[in-house]
Amino acid sequence: MSESILQARGLKVYYRTKRGPIHAVDEVDFDLRIGETLGVVGETGCGKSTLAKSILGLLPPGSQVDGSLKFRDRDLLKLRPTEFRKLRGEEIALIFQDPMTRLDPLMTIRNHFLETIHVHRPEISKAEAIELAAEALRSMGIPRSRLNHYPHEFSGGMRQRIMIAMAIVLKPKLLIADEPTTALDVIVEAQILEILRDLKRSYGMSLLLITHNLGIVAEVCDRAAVMYAGKFAELGSVNDVFSKPIHPYTQGLLASTIHLETNKLRSIDGLPPSLLSPPSGCRFHPRCPHAKDICVNEEPAMIEYRPGTLAACHFGRDFA
Amino acid sequence: MTDTPVLEVENLKVHFPVKSSAIQAMGQALFRGLKGADASAQDERLIHPRVHAVDGVTFQLGHAEILGLVGESGCGKTTTGRTVLRLLKPTSGRIVFEGEDITNRKEDKLRPLRPRMQIVFQDPHAALNPGMTIGQAIMDALLLHETRDREEAKASTLRAMDEVGLTPAEDLFSKYPADLSGGQKQRAVLARAIILRPSLVVADEPVAMLDMSIRAKILELLLELRDRYGIAYLFITHDLATAKFVCDRIAIMYLGRIVEMGPTELIFRDPKHPYTRALLGAIPVPQPGRVRERTLPRGEVPDAIFPPAGCRFHPRCPVVLPTCGWEGHDFVDYLDQRRLNPKQAHADEAVIGEAEGWRADLFEARRRLRNQDPGAVASYVRSILPQAPEAMTKAVIGVDVVDDEVVVRFRNPDALLPKEVAGRIVECLLY
Repeated sequence: MSESILQARGLKVYYRTKRGPIHAVDEVDFDLRIGETLGVVGETGCGKSTLAKSILGLLPPGSQVDGSLKFRDRDLLKLRPTEFRKLRGEEIALIFQDPMTRLDPLMTIRNHFLETIHVHRPEISKAEAIELAAEALRSMGIPRSRLNHYPHEFSGGMRQRIMIAMAIVLKPKLLIADEPTTALDVIVEAQILEILRDLKRSYGMSLLLITHNLGIVAEVCDRAAVMYAGKFAELGSVNDVFSKPIHPYTQGLLASTIHLETNKLRSIDGLPPSLLSPPSGCRFHPRCPHAKDICVNEEPAMIEYRPGTLAACHFGRDFA
Repeated sequence: MTDTPVLEVENLKVHFPVKSSAIQAMGQALFRGLKGADASAQDERLIHPRVHAVDGVTFQLGHAEILGLVGESGCGKTTTGRTVLRLLKPTSGRIVFEGEDITNRKEDKLRPLRPRMQIVFQDPHAALNPGMTIGQAIMDALLLHETRDREEAKASTLRAMDEVGLTPAEDLFSKYPADLSGGQKQRAVLARAIILRPSLVVADEPVAMLDMSIRAKILELLLELRDRYGIAYLFITHDLATAKFVCDRIAIMYLGRIVEMGPTELIFRDPKHPYTRALLGAIPVPQPGRVRERTLPRGEVPDAIFPPAGCRFHPRCPVVLPTCGWEGHDFVDYLDQRRLNPKQAHADEAVIGEAEGWRADLFEARRRLRNQDPGAVASYVRSILPQAPEAMTKAVIGVDVVDDEVVVRFRNPDALLPKEVAGRIVECLLY
């Protein structure tokens, strides 16, 4: 097992609401290895974006975090906001879903870059910073002449390339991409995924990719974590998770995904639970075709059923 | 099965004027004055910019048939869907619904037809009035079009709710949209669409907002309702996989045109249009290790205000021919592309100056020269052309000096007409 860059142990994130706490992330353990791409996949409201926000220190005020989250020997949960700001953008960078709302419409692309670089590395001169920016843009297929343009002068795919160029300009160790291609068309999505794959190869960056699209995970990631109702249901190599899923939720999710080879429609009965009052025991039990009494009463632990593959299911052995 | 198609659409065009600011309008007026009588087609496009959302679309939809309109955002699929229901006014063309020409029919004359033509929107949260109970929302259509008798209407509503799986219907009747899940809301929208027994439903991305694990159920329901009531669907989607599953026939749209249309099975087994191939190749497949080598089209969908000449896909097409519609824009783009290579950028700038100085005028790209030697610029342009994509190089018919301008001229494209190829319609010069 290679060294990990990010380590979560018993990570919990609660949002306080008038109707009680929402357990958005509940006791999650994982390691992100150096140079690895981990895909976190799940449906709306499963907690995957909250997980990303907790790593970036971008949780809304009033949220409560517990457990430990280590990034290269530093516990992110204990960092003060100023320290987090220093880290974010330099060592940990992120790519959002909607590039339009993340770029300032009144600032040229050049100024976006200059600001980012200046905040983190004030010692870099303006001329050098522009060179860095031009190089990052060039690696994304955008000529330097466009540094003087404003965000609205770019297409959606170009804006996402600019976001990626800004994210990597300071050569971060960890890149977090939250649904990076959801707002894009399929051909542009494929172009961006190609870029992410290249980045991993050329910079050896670790990548945490949050998505609801199983196809993207299969094509870009080394390992996949399947999230359900705030918890990891399964974690393992992409090959294992996709070809021999252990958790019934993973099985159901894979079977209900409509892709070009689909010849029978399947779905999972029922609905994802409310995180205000999650079901007892295994959170998937009300929708699980294999549920027994133990699933209602006892919460399953993440157990390594195959080397490198963990699942939280009482009957994992039967499916492994 | 009846003989008349439910819907016939012939050469439909829907153009939207581009709103311009006062200053732009003044500029346009000035430009018009300067150009006077000798305004070219290109000038005309600058004076009256229009979004060519749908630009000559022809198809038919038979009884109980499902036709998929598939394409990327901005291809005109939604505009087509709304226009065939006459929620938008067509610019030209013909729309015939159940044998009646409704192209220019007035709203009050359309109303009697409305029960037979319905729409299901993408976002069920936005499609339901939050202040109306589910029952009221569905029943409203009945009370408006069919009956005044509330008891009777309620009974029909409960039946419709049952049919779409909104059970227990009695309970859900008095619930508000906020109490329902996304899937349930989409069922309610479907119930409202089918309660008047339409012959045509335009389903605009009906499952795009729903989570994977519940999509299949809604799609099954759509198919079931088609079988039971003989509803024809115009199924609008950007998701080829969903279209493959649901549609009998598929029409692939690109920038306002249908580029390929035919039986679903045929198109997926053996796509003919390079754009269809590109779309199919770009879909991520949830099977690790099956990463296919793909040649992705360059760039993105161009602006529909100035769609490319000839075949609209030509600037991105991996198998483009010299006859496909190369034009001045493509030359300017090529110069821009060269700037990604610092060496080329430097060399280009030294001789011909910045790419911004070039002006595309339909099949020509021209640049006014101030201090440079026109002969030297022209011969430099000739020297870099062989490095451009081969089809583009071959489409150049001359690089000339005219007065103080250098002009790169392209040949006119060959006429592009939809052809029948191997059991489907394709609009591509390869065939």
